[in-house]
Amino acid sequence: MNKFNVLSLLEESASKYPERIVFKDKDEEISYSNLKTVASRTGLWIRERAGLCDGEKNKPVAVFVDRNIKSLLLFMSVVYSGNFYVPIDATLPKQRIDLIIETLNPVLMLSATKRKLTVENVIPFSETPAGSKNYDEQESLLEEEVLALKKVRRTGIDTDPLYAIFTSGTTGVPKGVLVAHRSVLDLVNRFTEVFPFPEYPIFGNQAPFDFDVSVKDIYNALFMGGTVVVIPKAYFVMPSSLLPYLKENKVNTLVWAVSALRIVQNFKLFEACIPDDLKLIMFSGEVMPIKCLKYLKEYLPQVTYVNLYGPTEITCNCNYYIVDREFEDTQNLPLGEAFENSEVFLQDTETLKRITEPEKLGEICVKGTCLALGYYNNPEQTAKAFVQDPDVSAYQDLIYKTGDLGKYDEEGNLYYVSRKDFQIKHMGHRIELSEIEVVVNALDEVHMACCTYKESEELISLYYSSQSECDALVRSAIKEKLPAFMMPGKIQWMEALPLNEHAKIDRRKLAAL
Amino acid sequence: MDELMQILQKAKPDVDFELEDALIDDGILASFDIITIVNAINDTFDVEVTVAQLKPENFNSAEAMWEMIQELQD
Repeated sequence: MNKFNVLSLLEESASKYPERIVFKDKDEEISYSNLKTVASRTGLWIRERAGLCDGEKNKPVAVFVDRNIKSLLLFMSVVYSGNFYVPIDATLPKQRIDLIIETLNPVLMLSATKRKLTVENVIPFSETPAGSKNYDEQESLLEEEVLALKKVRRTGIDTDPLYAIFTSGTTGVPKGVLVAHRSVLDLVNRFTEVFPFPEYPIFGNQAPFDFDVSVKDIYNALFMGGTVVVIPKAYFVMPSSLLPYLKENKVNTLVWAVSALRIVQNFKLFEACIPDDLKLIMFSGEVMPIKCLKYLKEYLPQVTYVNLYGPTEITCNCNYYIVDREFEDTQNLPLGEAFENSEVFLQDTETLKRITEPEKLGEICVKGTCLALGYYNNPEQTAKAFVQDPDVSAYQDLIYKTGDLGKYDEEGNLYYVSRKDFQIKHMGHRIELSEIEVVVNALDEVHMACCTYKESEELISLYYSSQSECDALVRSAIKEKLPAFMMPGKIQWMEALPLNEHAKIDRRKLAAL
Repeated sequence: MDELMQILQKAKPDVDFELEDALIDDGILASFDIITIVNAINDTFDVEVTVAQLKPENFNSAEAMWEMIQELQD
């Protein structure tokens, strides 16, 4: 069957395995058939609450998420309503949440978290039909509900947006990457073709729901009739319960950030518990240290390990490498090959020609159904990153420029080398250093500000100049406006920042400090 | 205790470690902070914090961490 809405994934699995658990967290769980019923009913309620007329669709619905299945239930409800969901982390500073809401102008805001919110007019989960009674006590859909749902679905096409995920933006305004149904359908088809998933996959979900890594857990599970077990965030902070929880839930598949797997290695967690149901471990987000991979393989030799590469703008990943040999500690894992139906190539940053020869540095560019629809309500940034393929002039053909620099080796394997700009990956988070600079520069007291990143120490350093030292002021400004992971580890006052011959801040000199 | 305070201040300068007593329960420390802190504790005090010690009650306050370190040193 030709699917064009992700809900078909849920519905097919619901007819095959109605009683199977689809989502589970520490407190509760829901079966496929109950999810279908509850999300359908809540979807219709969303349309009503948002005051949408017949035929209206593709409106943003904000969902304040937490580490629970209520968040996932609300996502599915939004999809049933014919709109797209926008996960928002309730612990972000108020100013950042306000910026996101301003960009979105959502038709409705829902909350799956018990946290106190800084925004008004958010409807708590308990006031939605999904929260009105236990999932298994909900009566089946009425005939009129089924008809109304059919009507909504009939208007949907596969280029309709499914979700928007906000990420750090260089200008100080976060960018909402908008992804269509067809990109996620493409992703699950490619994943199940190339990776040896267990017959009944049980995903141990680590990724927060406002990160696109979690998209892979959710939709691959829906496609294969699998289960997503949401792991409490605290287990990654105090990890003594982490592996026992995986074992207890018979988790066999992990799609984790490299930084999360490093927690397992750093704290030598296998000494206390080996979750031996694991069959498949995929990782992404930053370069996997070989030392960490070796540690995993030593205790879990039966597992297939996959290195995944790609930014949010191309729907999770465009390249994969199934680890098929041993590596030295000093080597890097290749990015491997492109998924079918995605074209990945290196572009010379000067001539904009495609690079095919080995060892030559170029920007990694991607093309295909995986491309996001752009940044929501931000045509300028969209036009900068999603551009016409310079080799094609007779028709419109977009590529996404990742800003990552890569190269091929003699065998034609693609490797990540560095960034073209000042975007960094810090503890699994994607950060534009200039976004921190914008916040600090906005202070009247500050003359100049510049951030550097030392990868070996995982340290963000901020250098600023002003009349006199005002670290506390700088720190509170950052805390007020930016997520906690963007707080520099080192803040250094200077009378004046070093300048280079072009009278620009000498980043190289600062980086060497 | 002074050395521990230095480690904590360096890892998370915006937190008042003299006062906070729910560093884990209130989500003040994130996983990467714990990695930084545990690695620094291991190096500075020549101990090895193992999985068994990674419980909220050992990390909720500077005081609790200090008690854990002293136990490990014995």
